[in-house]
This record gives sequence, structure tokens and C-alpha cells, in this order.
Amino acid sequence: MRKNLNVIAAYSIMMGLIILVGIFQSWNIALSIFNLCLISAVMTMGANIQWGYAGLINFGIMGFTALGGLAAVLISVDPVQEAWSAGGSDILFSLFLIIAMVFAVRYILKNYKKSKNRTYIVAAIIILGIVIIRFISEPGIEAIENVEPAKTGFLGGLGLPIIFSWVVGAFFAGGLAFVIGKVALGLRADYLAIATLLISEIVIAIIKHEDWLTRGVKNVIGLKRPAPYEVNLQQTDWFINLVERFNLSKLNLITDLTERQTALNQLVIEGSSVFVKLCYSGLFLVVVIILLILTQKALYSPWGRMMRAIRDNEEAANAMGKNVVKQHLLIFVLGSAIVGIAGAMLVTQDGLFTPGSYRPLRYTFLIWVMVIVGGSGNNFGAILGGFVVWFLWIEAAPIGLYLVNLTTAGLDDTHFLKVHLIESVPYFRFLMMGVGLLVIMRYRPKGILPEKIEIK
Amino acid sequence: MDFINAIILLLNYIFVPALAYGSQLALGAIFVTLIYGILRFANFATGDMMSFGTMFVILFTWYFQSVGISLGVFPTALLAIPFAIILMVGYMLIIDKFVFKYYRTKKSPPVQLAMVSIGVMFVTQAVVRIIIGPSDRRFFDGEKFLIKAGEFKEITGLNEGLAIKSTQVITIIVTLILVSTLFWFLNKTKTGKSMRAYSDNEDLALLSGIDPKKIVMTTWIIAGILATIGGALYGLDKSFKPFTYFNNMLPIFAAAIVGGIGNPFGAFLGGYVIAFSEILLTYAYRKFFMYVLPESMEPDGLIQLLSTDYKFAVSFSILVIVLLYRPSGIFKGKVL
Repeated sequence: MRKNLNVIAAYSIMMGLIILVGIFQSWNIALSIFNLCLISAVMTMGANIQWGYAGLINFGIMGFTALGGLAAVLISVDPVQEAWSAGGSDILFSLFLIIAMVFAVRYILKNYKKSKNRTYIVAAIIILGIVIIRFISEPGIEAIENVEPAKTGFLGGLGLPIIFSWVVGAFFAGGLAFVIGKVALGLRADYLAIATLLISEIVIAIIKHEDWLTRGVKNVIGLKRPAPYEVNLQQTDWFINLVERFNLSKLNLITDLTERQTALNQLVIEGSSVFVKLCYSGLFLVVVIILLILTQKALYSPWGRMMRAIRDNEEAANAMGKNVVKQHLLIFVLGSAIVGIAGAMLVTQDGLFTPGSYRPLRYTFLIWVMVIVGGSGNNFGAILGGFVVWFLWIEAAPIGLYLVNLTTAGLDDTHFLKVHLIESVPYFRFLMMGVGLLVIMRYRPKGILPEKIEIK
Repeated sequence: MDFINAIILLLNYIFVPALAYGSQLALGAIFVTLIYGILRFANFATGDMMSFGTMFVILFTWYFQSVGISLGVFPTALLAIPFAIILMVGYMLIIDKFVFKYYRTKKSPPVQLAMVSIGVMFVTQAVVRIIIGPSDRRFFDGEKFLIKAGEFKEITGLNEGLAIKSTQVITIIVTLILVSTLFWFLNKTKTGKSMRAYSDNEDLALLSGIDPKKIVMTTWIIAGILATIGGALYGLDKSFKPFTYFNNMLPIFAAAIVGGIGNPFGAFLGGYVIAFSEILLTYAYRKFFMYVLPESMEPDGLIQLLSTDYKFAVSFSILVIVLLYRPSGIFKGKVL
């Protein structure tokens, strides 16, 4: 108990802060912060597995998040029959060609010795393949994108409940990670960072511009929800009764009947959105706890010990007969898959998929700040990092406004400096993140909750 | 005649823009490569440092404009650049003293320095946005075109016009002067030589009495000059927006690695490799073939290899291919 005191203290302070937001701002805001904190926590757990356990830098988190989001779209949206009949066969044929191309290249790489000719033939197959595939898929893509472009214009998905996409998102992200890992894991740490960063940009470019698959920058809105809709809740009796019972003391103060009814209606509207957010919180919390148990188990298993050995001294681990390359690939895939889950969760919560919103600052660098600040190698630290950093990211603007008002209190309200500073309050969050990261890196390089390995 | 038209078309839409864009990338890539070679970390704050320098250029330009100083046909920004460089170099040295020096003396692994540079990135970005705001700004003044498309058509009697913006010419000339001075400095002067020696083998360089403090300081000064001028040229040619500058970091990294990181000459050429391949692969060649081919063979489609949306993706794909087949870059930089 004693040795976990700092963990408990840190988490209680964090929870206290969120509750304070609930009391002083509103429970709606507090819960939306809490939900995003949970999603961020899942992302940081993924990054932490890669960085904390194995020392791999993955700056491609944005790409994996977006793939998870794509999974949510492809699973939950109803299939667009017209689009399928318009261009489905072309797309399927192109897909078949791509698979055939990959197998042809693999066959050549496996069965022939490395030579100049082999390289040329492989290059020729790839270039020819791309040209042919473009030629075949173009009419199909055009036909699909012309099917009611304002409403659909894409193939749609499978029409399944969106919860399934959390698993599928993990597979998507893991699959991409497998390919990237095969290509890039041999690189030195900082090159791996740059390579993954750029590859994730390619992924985003594809998601943004392949309208037949993702609707691109036209966005997909109105995704199905795993939670009830506010509008439906506001009309169900049990919910109204529930709200009434919760606020009985407040309502009893009002004697006038019509006034009481309007007050109740107001409370029901507020309560419904809080209730929906609570549903999400419950779902996310389940994911976070399952992942936490699994990652903790992995960390203290023989496998976890091996990963740390590889991280701390690759050559020695290699000499002891551990397959470093294979383990690196495995952990890269696992971590990215977890990030994929988070991506699907994010889209599930928002109910919309906006490829244009995936930016490296928000989805890669901010997640890294979370991992470093929280404590790399320590799952509790990573989750805490997700909570602290996201909380600050959201609350930075109010805090910044307060500070600006405090420091410029002597100035006139129309003074140009004060006006300018108040206008730029939203950017104080960058400043806060940067300074926070620099301070933590300098004075507490292992994070708020440092890695702590005990042999059980 | 058609053939000349086709050539002019390519010059107008591919060659000139790519040359200007390539020069801007090249300056950034040399910046990255110098920091990587001598200070030994991947600087993720590249784009934001460039926007920081450009911000000073813009502020000075505004000041000069308000006072009424101008360079006539040349943009006022050219006058502002030297002043901006002084402030920028100061900023670089302050950052180094308070942030990077600690990790350098501790001999931290490059990964840690890269993480620190992310912190610097956040702070720089915040400062730029707080001072000048996130919006799109144009600070170009003076004569806009050197050759206008219409005039060119009149003079030559061709169907295709060739428009050359003065910013493009300024970009190319300034880049050439700057880069040749830099190479002269690195190859001929004593400080430059000791910088290269330090980049090549730190221990040996220290043994032969090279002062690391001086090397590091010179590197930051050169980096400040490159970042300010590179950023200002990009801003003059297109426009200044902090977010775009942050994104430009990606093709700049690609250019530096493709050219062979740690090798300034490689980075210089890498910038052009990236710029030309981006534009060549995403240009629609329909009109070109209409000129070159006989009428009966006129193409129906746009004859575009990739849609322009994939402009960035092209350079990153080149990077991935280079990393796969020639990890030290085209011009043999450090082996990864």
C-alpha cells in the first residue's frame, strides 16, 4: 500500500480536478474531458508499450488513430447498394489485382537470389501494376463518387454495431504496423521517428482523398451510437422519473406547477446529455481497465522481462538468443493496435469521421507529451499522463485567460496589449505543453510516475 | 512551333516553380542536416524555427513600411532580413543555452534531444501565434512579375505564356549566393573545417584542440541565418502561415534524408529532388501532349500520374524508398 501511495495520490488529485470542473463549470464539460482523457489514456498505453517497454519511437500515432476511425466508418455505416452496383465490381477486381501483385512480388523475392535483374523486375511489376489498377479502378471510382455525392458517394460499410469496429480498428492498425515495421524497424531510433511520421502523413493523405472509400474531406456524419440518443431519452418515462428523483429537493422548492414542469424539462435535457456521456465513460472505462490488466500482466511476465532486456541492451539480449527483430515487430504491432482501438473509440464518441482533423500536433506530438510527462515504462504513469495533459490542454484557455487578466490588471480594458493577449489565449495551451515537457524532461526525466520494476 | 510551346509550358508550370520551391526546401534541409551532423539530433522544431525567423522579418517589414522606407522594385522584406537574423540568432543561442546545452554536456542519447526539440517546437509555435497570430499573411511588396505571361506572348508570338515572378528569381539567386558562401565557409575556412571535423568524429576533433563551444555556437548562428532566410523566401513566394510552416518540416526532413543526412551538399540537392518529383508526378500533362502529339492521337484524360492531393505523399514515398534501398541517402551521409 505504502509504495503505491504516490500513484493513489496522483490519481485522486486528478479525479478531484475533474470533479472541480464538474462543480464549477458543468458536469457536461467535466464528463467530456473525462471521456477524452480515457481515450487519450488508451493511446498513451499503446505508445508506452512501444516506447516504455521496447524503446521504439513511433511518431505515426496519428495514422493509426485515423485507421481506427476508418474502421468505425467501414463497420457501422450501412452499405450503399447503388454505389456497390455502380462500381463495386471494378473496386473488387482492383483489390484482387493488388493482392495478386503483392503475392507476385513476394514470390519473386523469395525464390530468386538478390540481383540487379530481380530489383528491376520487381520495380517493373509494381509500376505496371499501379498503372493497370488505376486504369481499371478509375471508371468504378468515378461511378461510385457520382452516386448522390451530397449524401453518400462512397461504398459505405457493413452496417454492423459500431462496437465491433474497436476490434477491427485494432486489426487495421496492427496490419499497417506490420507493414511499416517490416520496412522501417531496422532504422536507428530517430530515423524511425521521422519515417513513421512521414508514413502516417501518407496514410492521412490516402484517407483524405480516396473519396470512394472514406468520403474524404466531405466527412462521414451521423454514425450509429452504442449509447442511447438524447432525444429518445428525453421522452422515456423511466429517465424522466430518474431525473426527478435526483433533483427532488431542488424541484420541491418550486411551488408553481407550470414553472416546476419547465424546470424539470430543463433538467431532463441537461441530464440526458450527461447520461449519454456516462454511458460512453462506462464503455471506455471497461476498455481501459481490460487493457491495463493485460499490459500489467505482460509487463511482469517473462516476456516483459525479455522486452526490457532488449530495450536496455539489444546486443546482450541478442547474444542470449532472443530474436530482437521479431520481438520489435511484435511490440510495434501490439502498440499500434491499441492506438487503433483508441482511434475507433474516438470516432464512436464523436459520431463523425473527419479526415481533415487528423493533424500530427494533436494526434502524435501531444500523445508523446502525455507519455513522457506521465512516465514511460509505467502503465499507471502513461494513463495519468493522458489524464493530466488532456486536462491541461482543455483547461489551458481558461487558465490562460485568468493569468492574462491577472497580469494586465493595471491596464485599461481597451489597451492594445491586453486585447491582443486575450485574443491569443487559445495558444497558451501550446506554451503550457512545451514548457511542461521541457521542465519534466529536465528535472524529472522519468515522468511523474517513474518506471519501477519489482521482481515478484 | 508546337514543340517550343510545349517546352515553354513545362518551363512555366514545372521547371520554374519547382526550382523556387526546391531552393526553399534546400535551405531548410541544410538547416536540418547541419544540426543533425554537428549537434547530433533530429530537430523537430525546424518548421517552427523558420516561422519564428519569418515572423521577425514580417515585423520589421511592417515597421519599415510604416516609416516609409522601401527598396523600390524589390520587396522591403529583403531589407528586414538582416535585422531579423540578428534577433533569430539571439533566440537560437538562448534556446541552446537554456535547453539543449544541458543534454549535450550530459551526453544524452539523440532520442532524448529529439524529444526536447518537440518541447521547443511547442513553445516556439505558441510564441509565434501569440505575437503574430495564426492567420495567413502576405508581406510582399514591390514589382510582382519579372516577365508577365501576356507580355511574353506578345514578344515571342507563342501561344503559351511564361510568367516569372520576381520572388522566384529572388529565391533562386539568394539561395545560390547563400549556399555557395556556406560551402566556401565549410570547405575553406578554419572554423568551417573544424566544424566538419567535429561532425565527422567528435573525439578526434576534441583531441586535436577544436573548441566544441565555438563549433556549437557557429552552428546555431548559421542555422539561424538559414532558417530566417529560408522561411522569409518561402513566405515571400507564397504566404506566411504558422501552420504551413510546421507542415513544411515534413518535406524538409524528406529532402535532408534523401540527400544523405549530415551532408550539406546532399541536403541542397535533396531539396530539388523532392521539389521536382512532387511537381513532376502530380502535373497534368494533357496540354503538353496536345502540343507534342499529332491531332489524331490527342489524349482524353488529364494524363496525370497522381492527383495533386498526393503532393506531400510523393516526397514521403521517395523517402521510404530511399530508406529501404540506400539508407545513407543518395549522397552518402551518415549511415543509419
